[in-house]
Amino acid sequence: MTNSKTKVEGLSSTSRRGFLRATATAAGGLLVSLYLNKHTTAQEGVKPSQLPPPPKKDFPPDAFVRVTPDNKVVIQVNRLEFGQGVHTALPLILADELDADWSQVVAELAPAADVYKDPLFGIQMVGGSGSIAHSFQQYRELGAKTRAMLVAAAAARWNVAPDKCRTEASVVRGPAGQSLKYGELAAEAARQPVPATVRLKEPSEFKLIGKQVKRLDSRAKCDGSLKFGLDLDLPGMLVAVVARPPVFGAKVKSFDDGEARKVEGVREVFEIPVTRGGTGVAVVADKYWTAKRARDLLRIEWDETSVAREDSTKLFEQYRQLARTAGLSAAARGDAKAIERVAPADLFVAEYEFPYLSHSPMEPLNTTVRFDGDAAEVWAGSQFQTFDHAAVAEVLSLKPERVTFHTEMAGGGFGRRAVPDSHVQREAASIAKRFKGTPVKLVWSREDDVRGGYYRPMHVHRVEIGVGPDGLPNAWRHVVVGQSILADTPFAMMMKDGVDSSTVEGVNDTHYWVPNFAVSVHHPKVNVPVLWWRSVGHTHSAFVMETLIEELAMRAKVDPLAYRRRLIKPEPEAKKLLAALDLMDEKSAAWRNSLPKGHAVGFACHESFGTGVACAAEVSIRNNRPWIHRVTVAVNCGLAVNPLTVESQFQAGVSFGLSQLMAGGRVTLKDGRVEQRNFDRYVPPYMPDAPVTVDVHIVPSAEAPTGCGEPPVPVLSPAVVNALSKLTGKRYRTLPLVEV
Amino acid sequence: MAFLSGARVEARRVADKRAEGLAAWEQVYTVLTHPRCINCHTATNYPQQGDERRRHFANVVRGPDGRGVPALNCAGCHQKANADSTGVPGGPDWHLAPLSMRWQDENDRPLPSAAVCQQVTDPKRNGQMSAQALLKHNAEAELVLWAWEPGRRPDGSERATPPLTHAEFVAATRRWVEAGTPCPSVK
Amino acid sequence: MAKYQLNVNGERREVSVDPSTPLLWVLREDLKMTGTKFGCGVSACGACTVHVAGVATRSCVLPVALLGERPVVTIEAMANDPVGRAVQDAWVERDVVQCGYCQSGQIMSAVALLKQTPKPSDVNIDESLGGNLCRCATYVRIREAVHLAAQKLK
Repeated sequence: MTNSKTKVEGLSSTSRRGFLRATATAAGGLLVSLYLNKHTTAQEGVKPSQLPPPPKKDFPPDAFVRVTPDNKVVIQVNRLEFGQGVHTALPLILADELDADWSQVVAELAPAADVYKDPLFGIQMVGGSGSIAHSFQQYRELGAKTRAMLVAAAAARWNVAPDKCRTEASVVRGPAGQSLKYGELAAEAARQPVPATVRLKEPSEFKLIGKQVKRLDSRAKCDGSLKFGLDLDLPGMLVAVVARPPVFGAKVKSFDDGEARKVEGVREVFEIPVTRGGTGVAVVADKYWTAKRARDLLRIEWDETSVAREDSTKLFEQYRQLARTAGLSAAARGDAKAIERVAPADLFVAEYEFPYLSHSPMEPLNTTVRFDGDAAEVWAGSQFQTFDHAAVAEVLSLKPERVTFHTEMAGGGFGRRAVPDSHVQREAASIAKRFKGTPVKLVWSREDDVRGGYYRPMHVHRVEIGVGPDGLPNAWRHVVVGQSILADTPFAMMMKDGVDSSTVEGVNDTHYWVPNFAVSVHHPKVNVPVLWWRSVGHTHSAFVMETLIEELAMRAKVDPLAYRRRLIKPEPEAKKLLAALDLMDEKSAAWRNSLPKGHAVGFACHESFGTGVACAAEVSIRNNRPWIHRVTVAVNCGLAVNPLTVESQFQAGVSFGLSQLMAGGRVTLKDGRVEQRNFDRYVPPYMPDAPVTVDVHIVPSAEAPTGCGEPPVPVLSPAVVNALSKLTGKRYRTLPLVEV
Repeated sequence: MAFLSGARVEARRVADKRAEGLAAWEQVYTVLTHPRCINCHTATNYPQQGDERRRHFANVVRGPDGRGVPALNCAGCHQKANADSTGVPGGPDWHLAPLSMRWQDENDRPLPSAAVCQQVTDPKRNGQMSAQALLKHNAEAELVLWAWEPGRRPDGSERATPPLTHAEFVAATRRWVEAGTPCPSVK
Repeated sequence: MAKYQLNVNGERREVSVDPSTPLLWVLREDLKMTGTKFGCGVSACGACTVHVAGVATRSCVLPVALLGERPVVTIEAMANDPVGRAVQDAWVERDVVQCGYCQSGQIMSAVALLKQTPKPSDVNIDESLGGNLCRCATYVRIREAVHLAAQKLK
């Protein structure tokens, strides 16, 4: 790849600086890469395709795949499985190139180690819907290299040329009818040199890739045998819970643990640091219920004097004020003053409000640490092993190589287990430090989680649109107000001129082309920790864009799909989205044209994380709630590595997106305190809220695969609301939907 | 003359008794419409919970006989006694009052005193209870008694009890029954 | 601390725990049976669903002191139950699970439903499983799998 060096030097200085910074160490020896750089480069006029390929990294096959004497093929998965199906998808990619017998494949979640870092991002992580996109090529090469080594070993034994050998279903066959199982060759294969280059299969040769492959972890998740992080049980293990301050960053002034210590089974009660400079009180006991009971008996006085006590109502008022002023520029095209010359009759103004959202993965947060003085062991369902591993090492004053970090299967995450400050692991390590030789499992209760921060930030959008005589927008001024997720984290260096692109993604890089287009953003500082929530900025940007577009179409009396097609710029970057739109149109036309009375259809299309998605939702109103009868969704994700996973992700992911539409889908604060504590008040979607049917259609494609974890999430809420607007004539600009 | 004044005295006594009965009924009504009672006398296919009388979480529904549906029966969480350590109230055969005994409208608003009185005194709607049976019910039925020992919420605080003590409630019921269970006229 | 004799999946087990301990934690920590999950602790999510005397019960709010002599059946016993097995097979065939954390509870609820209503309608399923939370929102496939299991059990 002799061109790669040249390409790096050819880039504009800003992006090269970003690229080089990817290899400098940040806090704790981390390597942070060009996450989200797609958006910053878009602003500079550098297209993602012009980015240099990532630096060549060494991925020795023996760290990823092990063939056992009894012919099992054990494959290491370099990122967390938390529902998205990577535990099956990455192994199938490798197994296909390896020509392994799929029924003998066993998948394991790899521990934290350099070799398991994401090839593009340079850290071991899962997020950004990048697992397949970034590791597809990597796992193919690993499979092909391992195959080559097995063949070389067999060829050596038979004294034939390797290219005279074939492989299938974990067997090597020689030219004269010889055959050996992979298991019989494993030891010799391991001694073969790793080939520098390998031939990869043609798509026509795929046996697993592109086929519907059932999940490997299904049965164990259905019979109670699969262990999640919370299920861990180690000899002598203790359980810890922490009483955290009612206001973020507040500290313990004093505490009385007299009653708490009387609970039989309590071992220790002591103060520990918690997030945002706050402190809390840890209770360590023999079991969870003991610890919880003891914690309930603590009497703690909190010092809230040096922290801001935020209030949702006041914050929204402040945000609305800010949204009427220009922020930092996130996109600018054409004449910035054009919007001010629009006649009042042609000016359309809309304001949107979005609350804080909790991720609430089903498995409560937890981490287990055992500190042995000169070494340590950690067990966590972590989306961010590199960060979390380094954090534990730091708290325990150990070198990272003295800390073994196991990745456990996780019960959901949605971004909540990818925290740059590793606050959960830090708490666990601070507690375990006091119990040398004893594993300590830190458990967050559901209340701890719902009240514990790290929310999808609240936002206000204010959009002014000038509409031309053709009904299309000719000027568009868009202000977004929302806390920066990246600021004050090691990812802050990805912010460009103060703009956190994750706040404006989906708006500043929209495929809708308006000649005079300006997006600016305000990032208020608020005493509420925030984090990326499955699909991040697209959660609110898609809602705004897709409801506005449909409303503009209705005003112009143009079919909403035709309107979108007119407005989407006919450039290569929009092709994926347009193909999804066309497929959705085709697959839903029949039912759209025969809607019963009282039913309406709403549309949405949106591209995120490289994947284009379009959906149509059939909605009626029942008992003052939207009743979703049917959703047709089309997805363009390039090559669908496992179409079954893609179908699952979309069938379910669209309903995950309803989390922010549901009446109970908001976190609010009053006097610094979070008002919700459990699923009684923070209410996610249950089965009756889900659409009756969801049909998923994949645009046939052989292009490089892009992600499916997050792209389903943003589209259904705007589509449902678009249908509701047709039924009620009302506009819905504030989420959640309290009434129809 | 004595006869006429006797009739007037009698009429006044009857009127006084009726007024006393109506006053007693209004006291009974304050208990019936208290959350500890009215939360299970809904007009909808769901119970309510809490002093704010919000719809019960987790989509629990009435079911064919007010005991929920398979896999989501009331008894699946509500045991025969309060579970104070976990904040779930309980009593024998926890279930919703039938729709005939609803004390709210379909928008979850308590019905006026006259309407509730009509329901409570209508044998076709009150489970064939006579006035004496009503008194016995209010005095002894376990789920009625529960309202005065409703247990603790998940946060450890005690649930609020109705505005009268149980003894006052029974006494008011007795006065109302002895007055002939009068109901206020419909406004 | 008090001693309790339990009947769990047909076996007699004895534990010594505080009377306030929910059955969920007795199962998970004293009996080391972690198939039954902790999701919310207030009976709002159903991840802790077991069968107590045949009734689908949320074990996170059932203090062991209120259990009495009633037998307890957990997810670990479903593979040996004809309805349980059919439900698990349907779940696997329809590739229902994603993260899987709620699925023990979903399956226990589905089994309770099918044992009482062998041919559930869509309304039956939404009502009976409408209190089982799945954050991954696998509801569409859960419904299909319940229908599939019902068909297989005919």
